[in-house]
Amino acid sequence: MRLKALLLGASFLTASGFAAQAETLTIATVNNGDMIRMQKLTDDFKAKNPDIDLEWVTLEENVLRQRVTTDIATKGGQYDVLTIGTYEVPIWAKQDWLLPLENLGENYDIDDLLPPIRAGLSYEDKLYAAPFYGESSMVMYRTDLFEEAGLEMPEAPTWEFVADAARKITDKENEIYGICLRGKAGWGENMAFLTATANSFGARWFDMEWQPQFDQPEWKETLDFYVNLMNDAGPPGASSNGFNENLALFQSGKCGMWIDATVAASFVTNPDESTVADKVGFALAPDNGLGKRGNWLWAWSLAIPAGTQKAEAAEKFIAWATSKDYLELVAEKEGWANVPPGTRTSLYENPKYLEAAPFAKMTIDSINTADPNNPTVDPVPYVGVQFVAIPEFQGLGTAVGQQFSAALAGQVTVDQALQSAQQLTQREMMKSGYIK
Amino acid sequence: MATLHTQSTARLMMAPAVVLLLMWMLVPLGMTLWFSFLRYNLLMPGMEEWTGFDNYYYFLTDPAFSTALVNTLLLVGGVLLISVGGGIALALLLDQPFFGQGIVRLLVIAPFFVMPTVSALVWKNMFMNPVYGLFAWVAKFFGLQPVDWLAEVPLFSIVLIVAWQWLPFATLILLTALQSLDEEQREAAEMDGAGPVSRFIYIVLPHLSRAITVVILIETIFLLSVFAEILVTTNGGPGLQSTNLTYLVYAQALLQFDVGAASAGGIVAVILANIVAIFLMRIIGKNLDA
Amino acid sequence: MARAISPRRKWTITVVAWLLGLALFFPILWTVLTSFKTEGEAIASPPSLIAFDWTLANYFEVQARSNYFKYVGNSIVIALGSTLIGLLIAIPAAWAMAFSPTKRTKDVLMWMLSTKMLPPVGVLVPIYLIFRDTGLLDSRTGLIGVLTMINLPIIVWMLYTYFREIPGEILEAARMDGASLAKEIVYVLTPMALPGIASTMLLNIILAWNEAFWTLNLTASNAAPLTAFIAAYSSPEGLFWAKLSAASTLAIAPILIMGWFSQRQLIRGLTFGAVK
Repeated sequence: MRLKALLLGASFLTASGFAAQAETLTIATVNNGDMIRMQKLTDDFKAKNPDIDLEWVTLEENVLRQRVTTDIATKGGQYDVLTIGTYEVPIWAKQDWLLPLENLGENYDIDDLLPPIRAGLSYEDKLYAAPFYGESSMVMYRTDLFEEAGLEMPEAPTWEFVADAARKITDKENEIYGICLRGKAGWGENMAFLTATANSFGARWFDMEWQPQFDQPEWKETLDFYVNLMNDAGPPGASSNGFNENLALFQSGKCGMWIDATVAASFVTNPDESTVADKVGFALAPDNGLGKRGNWLWAWSLAIPAGTQKAEAAEKFIAWATSKDYLELVAEKEGWANVPPGTRTSLYENPKYLEAAPFAKMTIDSINTADPNNPTVDPVPYVGVQFVAIPEFQGLGTAVGQQFSAALAGQVTVDQALQSAQQLTQREMMKSGYIK
Repeated sequence: MATLHTQSTARLMMAPAVVLLLMWMLVPLGMTLWFSFLRYNLLMPGMEEWTGFDNYYYFLTDPAFSTALVNTLLLVGGVLLISVGGGIALALLLDQPFFGQGIVRLLVIAPFFVMPTVSALVWKNMFMNPVYGLFAWVAKFFGLQPVDWLAEVPLFSIVLIVAWQWLPFATLILLTALQSLDEEQREAAEMDGAGPVSRFIYIVLPHLSRAITVVILIETIFLLSVFAEILVTTNGGPGLQSTNLTYLVYAQALLQFDVGAASAGGIVAVILANIVAIFLMRIIGKNLDA
Repeated sequence: MARAISPRRKWTITVVAWLLGLALFFPILWTVLTSFKTEGEAIASPPSLIAFDWTLANYFEVQARSNYFKYVGNSIVIALGSTLIGLLIAIPAAWAMAFSPTKRTKDVLMWMLSTKMLPPVGVLVPIYLIFRDTGLLDSRTGLIGVLTMINLPIIVWMLYTYFREIPGEILEAARMDGASLAKEIVYVLTPMALPGIASTMLLNIILAWNEAFWTLNLTASNAAPLTAFIAAYSSPEGLFWAKLSAASTLAIAPILIMGWFSQRQLIRGLTFGAVK
């Protein structure tokens, strides 16, 4: 019987030519450091799965998102593995665009995934994407500059303290800017930061009736605070700075503080890339005493589009890239500090990691305190800390981001920006039928 | 010469090009037109429904629309001004005999070969960046406050980048035209005692008019749809300051994935572009007939 | 050409022309230089022009990350393919328009040009759907098709203006001698039209090479050309100036070198009928 099956298989193989010999997975991913590292470790996967070839499509985040969304929405079927975030997963899973991950293997230990991250990537209790790295946001600061200025960073600072410290440290003559924050327009750029920050100021995007809230005093307070602070203590050109630009600024020693993704911690402490590697301290994202901190939750994750013919191989790849073994592999090649963070509980119990990564504790604390289901002080009808998990948010967030970016650049006033934001959000919500 | 026989042969020879372009135009355009009347968001499949002119209403009443329209005109106009003006000046200069003419011509022509994405990336990061950019360094060297180009003068910055790419094109066409100017004509004018300025106005400029027309026409076609430079540098911002029509349609299509609205926007853009085209043809067509 | 001018004036013009030429070329030069620096030196202030430790590390890094040759290969195939097919379709059309013009010729020509004004993103979804259904997504064939259509109007127009300069009497004379249409084209027209065709071809290769919307949006990996290659470097994490410069240099070098070597041919026909 077996022989027959083998023969049958063999004849099938020859019939379909060499194509079946090695299946080729097309993997769409972002050009972030951790993904590029994964690409370089392809050989390890090949060694374990000689029958699967990997073809990488590495693109800048925005281009990737366009490409992948167009393809999945039109069922183009160009990719077998997608890199997407916590924003897309619930929306896409609901559309049946993703396959649930149910065969990740015995050794995968799915319960080891950090609970908030796992919840963010599940829809109706099924996991639809496996986290490659997870992040929250926190304060990164220069210990040397704080010492010079006679300041001491508390573990959980308030916005007031941060603003005060930023202004004290700023020394524009010598190109030291007290604080670097995102200003580049985009729902995943300045709006990620501002939405999360607004949460800690008691603001929210919508009330329970989906009415936009940009005309409320909490938003004004948030934006005033942000614009004033950046004008006093931010770097020039802040309105075009996103994560990458700020990372470059911080690494070259031009920022006193930087509030951004926790993954940045391993880059700013890496002596190969950073001129300030040994002078960085960490603290929780600031709050305003209202019970919410300005920290977000995000996980770049791997998922399988429903249209693929190679689901089995794709799942094998995902299991490899998000496994404990992969963490070990990176640790072995690049050191523990460089493993993709924020996905597994066991990593934060590993003494080797805790020793190599001074930012580990702050990262896990930040991730664990982010609550996508109750992100704001007042109740909201949506899920998501730094985004609103509705399909319209990409466009909406970016359009509002443009307005806030203009306010930061000084092209419009804070009031004008908020008014425009309110109007355009109202229009869009009306057009999409959320409000009448 | 145009006998019946050659007429039909001529038709036959034109047929492939005409038919293909018709198809290229009608099939996607037809589909776009159809989509423009639907409520159709890629992110919400199964919700498509007929909405009549809703998409047009929302697109045309969007405050961003008029801003984008003005920006489009400013962008096209600005680049044309720089590239034609600069092109004439450069062409006049390069037409003079000097040492190393061939090499200088190579240097001048080079920007035309550069991919728009690359040129935008290079200008944004290595020149206009207010901290690391070369312009910032020059400003600091002279003790000035560095200009934050893409935030303070976003549209002008984009005009500069695009003009840099198109200046060589204008220069080359104008230079070729200039070189065909009859040497005797020029010398005769010189004999008559015409100064360089009046020589330029009465002899050179009229001679160049056809070439200028051609440059304007071709550049306009490409400039109306400038997109990559904006996407890479400013994302249309801050606010809407550097959003042109193409970028606005892009935002509908690939940020909101609102196919209906993007289609309506696309149709509006096609109509506007054709108005510009007819306008141009009327003015320019005359010049081209000759 | 030999105009008598004073040596002093010639020197002045030389200096001014060189300065302007270098200024226009400087962004490219600076990119190439930066590509040989380390990331630290790339953002050093004051910047150094040539006095730095030259390194090839960025190029190795870029190549390790993305196989440059695959992208170049695609760019070449797509640019050449679309240009050649475009010429094949356009030459007869332009020939007919130039030598048997009718009242509507000019209108047809203008209509063709107006198809170029369609904002590509407006028709992305229809094209994407058509490509999906015909299996053309991520294929070189599909891209060649799209780029052919996009550049066809320019090709037809450029050839038309060039063909029109060819005096009709020559054709008449050939016809009198009993030359067939085929012979007319091969022996009379082609030699006269060759410079125009060459120039059209070069211009279109450049346009197709640099087209960054369709090439990026209709490909994934197999057919991805250099525009997709550069999209991986447009804003990566951390210090990236030197790597970006290396990738940029790699993306523009082939077309720049081709352009420089063939600039005489390119310029000769690049008049669009502007020169009488």
